[in-house]
Amino acid sequence: MSRLVVASIGPASSVQDGGRHGAQRYGLTVSGAMDRLSLAAANTLVGNAPLAAAVEIGPFGAAFTARDGAVRVAISGAPRNADVAGSPVAMDSSVTLKDGETLTLGFARGGAFTYLAIEGGITGELVFGSLAVNARAGLGSPYPRPLQAGDEFSVDAASGAPEMRIELPKPVSGPIRVLLGPQDDEFDDANKALFLNSEWKISATSDRMGYRLQGPAIKHLYGHNIVSDGTVNGSIQVPGNGAPIALMMDRGTSGGYPKIATVITADVGRLAQTSAGTAFRFKAVSMAEAQDEARKFAQAIRSLPDRLRSSDTVALNIEALSDANVAGHAVNAVDAGTWQVTAEP
Amino acid sequence: MAATLPPPRLLPSGDSAVTVEFSRTIDDDANQRVLALDKALVASPIDGITETVPTYRSLLVHYDPGKIGFDALGEKLLPIAIQPPPPVTKARRWRIPVAYGGEHGIDLEDVAKALNTTPDDIIARHAGGDYKVAMIGFTPGWSYLSGLDKSLHMSRRQNPRLLTPAGTISIGGVQAGIQCLAAPSGWHLLGRTPVRTYQLHRNPTFLTEPGDRVTFFAIDHKTFEELDRAAEAGELVAEQVAA
Repeated sequence: MSRLVVASIGPASSVQDGGRHGAQRYGLTVSGAMDRLSLAAANTLVGNAPLAAAVEIGPFGAAFTARDGAVRVAISGAPRNADVAGSPVAMDSSVTLKDGETLTLGFARGGAFTYLAIEGGITGELVFGSLAVNARAGLGSPYPRPLQAGDEFSVDAASGAPEMRIELPKPVSGPIRVLLGPQDDEFDDANKALFLNSEWKISATSDRMGYRLQGPAIKHLYGHNIVSDGTVNGSIQVPGNGAPIALMMDRGTSGGYPKIATVITADVGRLAQTSAGTAFRFKAVSMAEAQDEARKFAQAIRSLPDRLRSSDTVALNIEALSDANVAGHAVNAVDAGTWQVTAEP
Repeated sequence: MAATLPPPRLLPSGDSAVTVEFSRTIDDDANQRVLALDKALVASPIDGITETVPTYRSLLVHYDPGKIGFDALGEKLLPIAIQPPPPVTKARRWRIPVAYGGEHGIDLEDVAKALNTTPDDIIARHAGGDYKVAMIGFTPGWSYLSGLDKSLHMSRRQNPRLLTPAGTISIGGVQAGIQCLAAPSGWHLLGRTPVRTYQLHRNPTFLTEPGDRVTFFAIDHKTFEELDRAAEAGELVAEQVAA
């Protein structure tokens, strides 16, 4: 066995997986990765099951050191500078840390959450089939709380498999798609239009439980109290002050505010990766389109292994990486000569 | 009874869940039908349903749109949902000990004053009630109870507390509750129970199920300490009595 030691880590970082299902009827929160596609990509790179537990790293920097042997890891999600002993590591690729080596990750440049998957996965005590951390309920394993410097994972020694990169599906851009309801009839047409036609920003006070949306106040038709009703990931509830809250992975299983709309499954991760302060819009879609997108999203996760490529087929473009970093842009460092601006949602 | 309720409505909750709504208000008949539909889906599962969450007035049905679409699911759900609920034959019944007042029930005196009576009278009315677990939600094990004595109905606190203790026994609006974990709450704190409705390494992890019946009985604060230690060690502490 090797160890992967958390050398440093910012707040809002924890172990997450596909979530804890089957006990919402008892009030047990689902939790799990804020961006499932990125979790799945990181896991696929090191040969893990797509929704296996990995480290979800919040917007701040982090560093991980291999001890007692080599450890193979992979990163995907919100782009950041990453290096091992000064050698850059591209996003969406795997890297093997030799004993004593440290992978250092900078702040997220666009987006919020980056996933660090570890070859062989993270071991811990499953509760309802999940290691996902819900800090409020003191649930999750091996650490039922946000990660801290000094935490460590007992992990498989690196297999020596060749390093891989993954060519992710073209990112979706444009408005965050929603289905109206389940309580859109608690709002008149003018206020539904106000919700759909306004520009929104995510408040800095948001967290894994909910994203507070800044924009115009949405008014209720009959007041803001409803008898508590079940919630889903992406439920957008409107409390008394009219400022909508998008419920995220650590949401309560029920809530007492009318829900004007629900983010479609395929876009929950995109919303999760929208940085605080970035302007975006919502767009209503039909049930048929939403379900079609949900099926495509599930298929995209299933087909990730087909998108693996050997890392040594391209050279890192250090110059482009450096330029881009200076300019504050994200760069795809494995596609020599090309670089891209972080997609605005 | 059930016949007075309008037909249930299917409300999309995104692309992977549907709310089967029986009522917009707290209504015991509606809750009975929610629990009956939930039970029926356990007895005869519909392929594609992944999880159900009963609430006071609706059943949230999570499903996999890769297995069944919204319309097809609705066509299967509605005929079951419109069935009149079978009479409740056997519900599990729990007797839950409560240390009322003092540090454990910091709102007891105020509630008594607001309702123009004595703390002992509030305790008698609260402990004299026969409650049903209408739903569990918000945080693990938080049991929402219907059946609160009408004389104890009162609006929630103007300023919700950011943190109330684990085990809090409280009332709010027309509802009574058993709270398991420390949590924010705008309800009135009458007492505290040593019973854990949720305890990770205990079998069962969750004490109450929607549909269970609950009564309370008063214990002194010294007994609370003893039972609290026993509960911490994994004992149920709650008494199950024949229905």
